[in-house]
Amino acid sequence: MSRLRIALVGAPNSGKSTLFNGLTGGRAKVANYSGVTVETRTGWLQTPGGTGIDLIDLPGIYGLKPRSTDERIAIDLLRNGRDGKAPPDGMLVLIDAAHLRTHLHTVLQMRAIGRPMIVVLNMIDLAERDGLKIDIERLRTELGVPVVTARATRAAGRADLLACIDAETANWHKRDDTADSTTEPVELDLSALQREARAIASKAILFEPTMNRLTRQIDHFVLHPIIGPIILSALLFFMFQAVYSWSGPFMDALEAGAAGLGQLAGQLLPAGWFHDLIVDGIIAGVGSVVVFLPQIVILFLFILALEASGYMARAAVLMDELMLRVGLNGRAFIPLLSSFACAIPGMMSARTIDNERDRLTTIMVAPLMTCSARLPVYTLIIAAFIPPDSVGPFNLQGIVMFGLYLTGVVSAVTVAFVLKRTVTKGSNQVLIMELPTYKLPNPRDFFYSLWGHIRAFLKRAGTIILTTSIILWFLASYPSSATTLRESFAGQLGSILEKLLAPIGFNLEISIALVPGMAAREVAVGALGTVYAIQGGEENVDGLAAALQSAWSLPTALAFLAWYVFAPQCFATLATARRETNSWAWTGFMFAYLMVLAYVAAGATFWTATWLGL
Amino acid sequence: MTLDQLDKGRISRVTGFAAGHEDLVTKLREIGFAESDEVELMHRGPLGANPLCFRLNRTLIALRSDEARAIHVDAAL
Repeated sequence: MSRLRIALVGAPNSGKSTLFNGLTGGRAKVANYSGVTVETRTGWLQTPGGTGIDLIDLPGIYGLKPRSTDERIAIDLLRNGRDGKAPPDGMLVLIDAAHLRTHLHTVLQMRAIGRPMIVVLNMIDLAERDGLKIDIERLRTELGVPVVTARATRAAGRADLLACIDAETANWHKRDDTADSTTEPVELDLSALQREARAIASKAILFEPTMNRLTRQIDHFVLHPIIGPIILSALLFFMFQAVYSWSGPFMDALEAGAAGLGQLAGQLLPAGWFHDLIVDGIIAGVGSVVVFLPQIVILFLFILALEASGYMARAAVLMDELMLRVGLNGRAFIPLLSSFACAIPGMMSARTIDNERDRLTTIMVAPLMTCSARLPVYTLIIAAFIPPDSVGPFNLQGIVMFGLYLTGVVSAVTVAFVLKRTVTKGSNQVLIMELPTYKLPNPRDFFYSLWGHIRAFLKRAGTIILTTSIILWFLASYPSSATTLRESFAGQLGSILEKLLAPIGFNLEISIALVPGMAAREVAVGALGTVYAIQGGEENVDGLAAALQSAWSLPTALAFLAWYVFAPQCFATLATARRETNSWAWTGFMFAYLMVLAYVAAGATFWTATWLGL
Repeated sequence: MTLDQLDKGRISRVTGFAAGHEDLVTKLREIGFAESDEVELMHRGPLGANPLCFRLNRTLIALRSDEARAIHVDAAL
């Protein structure tokens, strides 16, 4: 028997992804702001009654009139199917029970598609805690479709739903044979549907208290015209502070571990090429990147917590006016803040922006936000070249790091400003955004998401960085007749690039490291680790930072930092830009403008620093 | 009067929508605004300007005053 295909439909923030994770044990990302599910995902489950189901998690939609790219994807899939597949056999239509009155018309719109459906009143526990009383039986009669309550976060809270699926889908199978015809879009009279929805709501809602009290109280401060922006700034400052201060001990431990492993391997392995490959190539290369895992974990921890708690939508509201001045809007704040973790999910979540020009502008500037892959580069150079002196209450290293972040943000704002007045000209989109009720992140969803990011980082370290480390080790160590780096294969190749980069203060080693560094930013750190490990030989025990200290001048180090603020050294980002803009021209434009900015910024930094006699 | 003119803390009801802004009105209806719904201005944006946060029934929704102007509300409530 073929499995049933069921789509999970509902307004943003109705808990679709949590229910998806709960039902399938899947690893879908969950966030408490609208539009985080930017791609459709399919998971598999088996009901207690033995029905196999492919569950499709869709981006949040309020109705059948798409506003943005992600909504279009969802509606298209429901009506006509996608990727050569027929439309789903049925739907689970989710509503946050607490917002039944406001969102009930979504159910009526979905009913108009004419496919079998089950209405799920989700987060019923929270609604009931607020004092909301709903006559479920009445709602079922009025709607004429099955209605079930659920608490997506708990297995017990999903039991009724599973039982209902078993009972209902028995009839869905019969329909399966004829379900290949696509439904014609019916022109819906929205105001008539809303009238009907409100009439049903008034009959089914027995008691309705006013808004969630805790959310009201928190928002009294968080959305306060003066205190709100202060809280936002403090939160962001605290977040970046935590990334550096909390990660210290963990990074030291990892660093000591990598060094210990290198020494152990050095003693155990007989001298020869294999010894060098393991110690100089793999341990020095991969080790110098894995050390940064704690910082990346802490950064994602914060961003995921801001998303899942419901704060992120408030941050977008607070930033709206400021973003509008730049030519963007508040909604663009969410993709841009996510880009501090990684530009790829950032660019993808730009799909929630319904104005195409705003979306394009956001994608173009997303790589300027300092992503976590730049942390290894920044931290390494700062540790090696910037003294930890205190300047007033602040630490000089911290100030430089903050300056790099700020330069990225200011550049993004400037580029957006210029783009909006030239190539992406057009009117600003409207802002209509629901602010979710605050909630504690569900630990299970939270750790699934966090683990997904950790896994991606480690996978990159284990694949791309491992491979480039080995290749680079080979190129930098051979031919065996070579006595200096310049005579090696890598040196010969790097010499060509060096001619281009010497005017901005880059040496041969940097030129060599930047080539594999195109794969991902942190790869350059691994590459430098490998190159200097080979050069340093046995004496090079103080680590990469010490090696750089003796090999680079301060202007070169500063120029290298400036380069990394801009340089589009990430294939995955460019590939995502290509996919999201569906245009090689825009992708080429992004690559070119970032490269030019990187070259100019590095050159200006190098010559200014040299002129100042640093 | 229109929603953007509503004072903070005053509860009102939606009476209709501005004519001639079909796209905007559709978006407002889709997120949930409908005739006879209860609305209240809860928060103003930074420095007292845009965006405005409204309570619609039990739901909190952020709009700019341009969007709020398309929603007519009951003045005498």
